[in-house]
Amino acid sequence: MNSPAAASISILPDRRDSIARAGEAGNAVACDRGSLAGSVTQRACAFCGSRVVLYPIADALHLVHGPIGCAAYTWDIRGAQSSGPQLFRNSFSTDLQEMDVIYGGEKKLGRALRELIRRHQPKAAFVYSTCIVGLIGDDVSAVCRELSAEFSIPVIPVASEGFKGTKKDGYQAACDAAYRLVGTGDTRDISDRSINLLGDFNIAGESWIIRGYFERLGIQVVATLTGDGRVDDIRRCHGAKLNLVQCSGSMTSLAKRLERDHGIPFQRVSFFGIEDMSAALYGVATFFEDPLLREKTSELVREEIERLMPELREIRTALEGKKAAVYVGGAFKAFSLVRALRTIGMRTAIVGTQTGDRDDYDQLRAMCEPGTLIVDDSNPLELAKFCLEQDVDLFIGGVKERPIAYKLGIGFCDHNHERKEALAGYVGMLNFAREVYASVMSPVWNYTPRRALRLRTAPRENEE
Amino acid sequence: MKNDDCRTVRSRNPGTKGAHWHAPATEVRLFPDILHSAFFILHQAAAPPEGSLLMIPAAEFPSAATNACKLCTPLGACLAFKGVEGAIPFLHGSQGCATYIRRYLISHFREPMDIAASNFSEQSAVFGGGANLKTGLANVVRQYQPRLVGLATTCLSETIGEDVPLHLREFAETAAGPVPPVVHVSTASYRGTHMDGFNDAVRALVEAFAGTDTIVRSDESLSPAAVFPGMVSPSDLRELKRLGASMGIPFTLLPDYSETLDGPTWSDYEKLPAGGTSVSEIRRLSSAQMAIEFGRILAGAETTAGVVLERRHQVPLHRLGLPIGLRETDRFLQILSRARKDECRADVHSSGRSRCAERPNTTLCILPSGAGGLELPSDLALERGRLIDSWVDGHKYVFGKRAVVFGEEDLAVGLTSLLAEIGIVPVLVASGGKSGRFAGTLRAAIPELDARTAIRESADFSTIAHEARQLRPDLLVGNSKGYGLARELGIPLIRCGFPVHDRIGGQRLLHLGYAGAQQLFDRIVNALLEDKQTRSPVGYSYL
Repeated sequence: MNSPAAASISILPDRRDSIARAGEAGNAVACDRGSLAGSVTQRACAFCGSRVVLYPIADALHLVHGPIGCAAYTWDIRGAQSSGPQLFRNSFSTDLQEMDVIYGGEKKLGRALRELIRRHQPKAAFVYSTCIVGLIGDDVSAVCRELSAEFSIPVIPVASEGFKGTKKDGYQAACDAAYRLVGTGDTRDISDRSINLLGDFNIAGESWIIRGYFERLGIQVVATLTGDGRVDDIRRCHGAKLNLVQCSGSMTSLAKRLERDHGIPFQRVSFFGIEDMSAALYGVATFFEDPLLREKTSELVREEIERLMPELREIRTALEGKKAAVYVGGAFKAFSLVRALRTIGMRTAIVGTQTGDRDDYDQLRAMCEPGTLIVDDSNPLELAKFCLEQDVDLFIGGVKERPIAYKLGIGFCDHNHERKEALAGYVGMLNFAREVYASVMSPVWNYTPRRALRLRTAPRENEE
Repeated sequence: MKNDDCRTVRSRNPGTKGAHWHAPATEVRLFPDILHSAFFILHQAAAPPEGSLLMIPAAEFPSAATNACKLCTPLGACLAFKGVEGAIPFLHGSQGCATYIRRYLISHFREPMDIAASNFSEQSAVFGGGANLKTGLANVVRQYQPRLVGLATTCLSETIGEDVPLHLREFAETAAGPVPPVVHVSTASYRGTHMDGFNDAVRALVEAFAGTDTIVRSDESLSPAAVFPGMVSPSDLRELKRLGASMGIPFTLLPDYSETLDGPTWSDYEKLPAGGTSVSEIRRLSSAQMAIEFGRILAGAETTAGVVLERRHQVPLHRLGLPIGLRETDRFLQILSRARKDECRADVHSSGRSRCAERPNTTLCILPSGAGGLELPSDLALERGRLIDSWVDGHKYVFGKRAVVFGEEDLAVGLTSLLAEIGIVPVLVASGGKSGRFAGTLRAAIPELDARTAIRESADFSTIAHEARQLRPDLLVGNSKGYGLARELGIPLIRCGFPVHDRIGGQRLLHLGYAGAQQLFDRIVNALLEDKQTRSPVGYSYL
C-alpha cells in the first residue's frame, strides 16, 4: 500500500547493516553492539537485564541502590507469579538524594538493608547498582559482605550499572549474582531423573505448566531460574542432572558455569509453540535414554496436541495467509514465534530482536520465507516503516511496540514479560492462537482510517 | 511515634537472656546501632530456641523507600516536552532511562512515546558524553525533523558535570543542515520528583522562548491568557480550553499534550503526533494578558514559568489551586470573569469599540460562604447548578466516609478539597513529594480539615499502607499504584491522576472544572454504592 510516511522514513546509515532479507545474499546482520545514540532503540539498559532475570526470585529482597526512578519503573509490572512469598513484587530503593551522591551512599545502603532485612526476613538479598552508584564509586560489595555476616543470609551485589551496556550485559551480571547461591544447598534427595528450568520466569504461571508436563513424565524439576524462584532451590540446583535453557540470551552463561563446575549438560529449548515444546520434551526423554520415558513422552505430546487441534484448525482457517511482524527481546523466542505463526497459517514478514547474535540471525534467515525482513536493535520509525511496507496484519512485541501497531490499525499480541497470559506449553499455544485471532479478527479495524482506506481501494474478490 | 507503631517480630535464633528487646520504638530510632548489634548477636547464636521477641518499628524506615509514591524527574520533563508541537524529548544519559519512561508513559496514555537518548556507555561515563550527545542529536534531527528537542540531563550526565551548552553550541556549528532549537532542563533524578521535572521543563521553555518574537498584537481578538495547567490529563487540557472559550478568553496552554497523547488512529504514520503548543505561541507568551499557574504547592516555588513571565515580561500572574471541585473551579472562573470584564472595559475606553465578541447570556451564581457572586455564561452556570444538584442527590452516600488520598502534592490538594466539599473525611493525605509546604497548604486551603486528617509528605506506599490499615478508610483516591492496598483493605479505589495502568482511559479521566468534579463525584458515589451492594447479603437491585 502506498504510504508517504514509509517512503519518508530513511534508515540511518549506521543502522543499514543491521537489516537484511531472508533469501537474499548479503553480509551477516550486524548485531551485538551498543545502540546508536539518538536511534530511539527499544532496548533497555544493563540494570533492566539484571532486574528482569532476578526479579522472580520470590523470597529474596531486591533492593535497588540508586535514585527512585529505576526502582519505581520496575514495581510490580511483570506477570511473573509466585506460589508463595510475594516479597519480590515490592519495589525497594535507597532513593538516593543529592547529599548521598555527594557524600556517598554506602551508609544509607547499609541502613536500608538493615531495616528491610529485619522487616521482611528474606532468604537472601540482591543489591542492584544503578548508573549513579557506579559513578560515585560506592563499595557495594563491602556493604553486602558486612550485612551478609551480620544477618547470616546471602547479601549479593549485582553489578548492573545501567551504562555498563545493554540488557545482555545485565543478564550476565544477574547470572554472576545468582551463581553465588548455586552449590550451597543440600542435594541429597534429588532424583536421577531431574532437571532445572533456566530462563523461564513463570509469566502468568508458565513455569507451572511446564513443570506439570515434566512431573507427569516422572521427572523432578529441582529449580526454575528464576520463575516462582526460591533461594533454597537455587542453592541446590547443581544437584540436577540436566539443564534446560530457555531464553538463551539470559541464562546460557549460568548453564555453562553449571556445566563447567558441576558437570551438568544443558539443552537449549523453547516452550513456545507445539513444535518447540514437543522438541523440548523429546530432548529430555532422549537424554535420559529410557525407551519407556520416550513412549510416555509421545503419549503426552499426542494427548496434548489432540486436545488443541480442533480449535487451532478453526483459527488457522481464519488466519491463513495473514502476515505478522515479530519484534522481541531474544532470538529463541523469535524462532518459536515464526514456527508458532506457521502453525496457525500466518507468515512472518518482519522479524527482529533486541539481543540476537550472529548465529541467531543466520538461523532466522534460513528459517524464514524469502523476503522476510530481519532486523537487529530496531526502533519505532523503522518498525513503522517495515509494517507499512510489508502491510502486516499483526504485530507481536511488547508494550513499547503496541502503539505503533494500533495507530496503523494493526492487530497486536503482547509477548513480553509484562503480559498476564500464559503463552508457553500446549495450553499456551492455544492461548496465543486465541489472542492473535481475537486481535486480527476484531471488527474495530474496519473503522480505523488506514484499514478503511485499504478496504475501499482493494479489489473485490468476485471481480477478479 | 507511638508504641503501637511497633510490631513484634519473632527472631529466628534468639535465646539467651537479654535477647528480649521491648524498648519503645522511639528509642530504637535514637539508638539504631544498639538495635543493630542486638540483632547481630541474636542472629549469630547457633541454636534457635523458641520464644524470643524483638520489637521493631514497622512504619519508620527512613533509609529505604518501599513502593515509592513518586517517579523520577526526567519522566516529568519528557511529559511536558510532549506538549510542545513537533517536539521530541531527548535524555542525555543511559538508554534505559528513556526506555523505562517510554514504557511507563505508554502504559497510561497508550500512545506512541518516542523519547531519544544519548545512550551513555561506560566510556562516556568516564570521558564525557559530548560525542554521544552530538551524534544522538544529529540522528534524531535527521530521523524526526523535530521543531524542538527537549533535552533533559539525567543523573548520570548531571553528575559527571557535562558542559551541555558547549556541546549544544558545537552541535549547532557542525551540523550539516538547519537545526531546531534545543531546550535544556536539568533533571538529576536524585533531586525532587517527576513534578519538579515537569515544572522545570515548562519553565525552561518559557525562559528559552517567551519574548523572542516580534509581537504582533492582533486587533481582532483579545490576547490570550497563558495557562500553566500542571500535570493533568489530556481530557483536563481539553476541558480547560473549553472553559476558556466559554468565558471568552483564549488560552495558550503550556504544555498541551491533549492531542499528542490522546489522538486518533492514523491513515499514515506520524513521526511526531500532531498537536501541542507551538514554539511561536510560546514566544508570544510574553504579551499574554495574564498568566494562570495551577498548583498551590507550586505557588510556593520561587521560580516557575509564571514567575518568569511576570518578572521578565510584566505579565500579571495568578497562582491558583488546580481547579478541582466547586470552590477551586469558582476561583479560577472568577479570575477569568474579572479579566474579561477589565479587558473589554479597557478596550472600549481606549478605542471606543470593543473587540470582545458579543457576550452570551450570563447568569450570576451565588458563591458559598458569602463569597459574593460569580458571573458565568449561562451554559456554565447551568453546569455548575447541575453539579450542586447532583451533590444534593448523593450527599447521604458520601457524608462521613473516610478517604485516603495520595499522589502528587498539587493533585492531592485538589482532590482533598473536593472530598471535603462533599462531606467526605480525608483521614490521610499523602504524597511522595517533599516540598515542605504540603501540610500547611492543605490546611490553609481547605477549612474543613481538622485533627482527623493526617498529612504525610515524602511518603511511600509502605507508610501509606501502614497508616491506612489503622485508619480503616472507606475508599482510596489516587493512581493505580494504590490498587494493592485497596485490594488488601477490600475497599474501592477511585483512580485519578497518573499512572492509571490497570484500566483503560487514563488519558480521558477528567478532574478539572465543574465537569471534572461531576465525573469524580459520580464515580465516588457509584463506587461506594457498588461496594455496599457487593457487601450486602441481600443484593438489592434498587438503591
